[in-house]
Amino acid sequence: MAVFEVPEPLKKLIGQVVATSVNLIEQGAIQRYSRAVGDSNPLYNDVEYAVNTRWGRLMAPPAFVGWPVGADSFDMIKFVEKLIGLGAPSGLLDGGVEYEFCTPVGTGDILLAVVKILNIEGRETRMGPTMITTVESTFTNQNGAVALIMRNTFLNF
Amino acid sequence: MVKQLYYEDVEIGQDIPVLQKIATTRMLVQWAGATGDFNPLHYDEEFAKSLGVGGPIVHGALKKAWLINLLTDWIGEEGQIKKFSCRYRGMDYPRKMETFDVPKDGETWVCKGKAIKKFIEGDNHFVECNVWVENGKGETTTSGTALVSLPSKIN
Repeated sequence: MAVFEVPEPLKKLIGQVVATSVNLIEQGAIQRYSRAVGDSNPLYNDVEYAVNTRWGRLMAPPAFVGWPVGADSFDMIKFVEKLIGLGAPSGLLDGGVEYEFCTPVGTGDILLAVVKILNIEGRETRMGPTMITTVESTFTNQNGAVALIMRNTFLNF
Repeated sequence: MVKQLYYEDVEIGQDIPVLQKIATTRMLVQWAGATGDFNPLHYDEEFAKSLGVGGPIVHGALKKAWLINLLTDWIGEEGQIKKFSCRYRGMDYPRKMETFDVPKDGETWVCKGKAIKKFIEGDNHFVECNVWVENGKGETTTSGTALVSLPSKIN
């Protein structure tokens, strides 16, 4: 096994904004997400309950906005296909995530996402020669406040 | 409504009440539909085997969502998660289905956490925690850290 050598065309992506997208946070999407997690918190499921809280609307669980929910117009799989086209290995695994939550997100919010490549590097992992990509997405709401910053790491092997 | 936790309620070293979860092939399809992550690694047996992971595996992001669920259940509506990070360290395999909605017997995962630090900055009352997911063998397959802010009984 060996360390993966990152091809030049991929190195050139480091630091670049690769996508921007506008995302409307929908009630039904929040409810489907909460059911899939098995999270029965009424703030994320029950509209009647939620409108009577201080938030006044159905709220999204903190990690609802992430890869790829809430960034529908940024298709991460298509993006990874582009990386593969530029020489990345074709296997794909999610490596982990880091969030900074700044402003709570709920139904009706409109988030502008700016997606930037923070880093691409080659390593040797138990999957063999592996390329590790870190992508930073900053989500700003309709009032101009940063809602969250998310850094995703994924592995091509 | 979730019971409200206050800063003064938390002691360093205190365990977060555990949250048990199961994952089934059906639930992974539900997750794929809810999030839009349609990587066949999570539902296509042959595809997953061809990648050398043995069979379809649980989405890392679902385990992340379980840990967020653990935290929001604990901190209540007045608490807020400020920072969260986790790493997917091991593969987890979903239970197969017995009937169209009943899973076969099998693995149950336990989400756990511990308060490791608490501090006040200005008006904010923060608690730092370690959180992790253990599989049925007690092995940690996902681990992370979180910074939460809590209301105070004093102000």
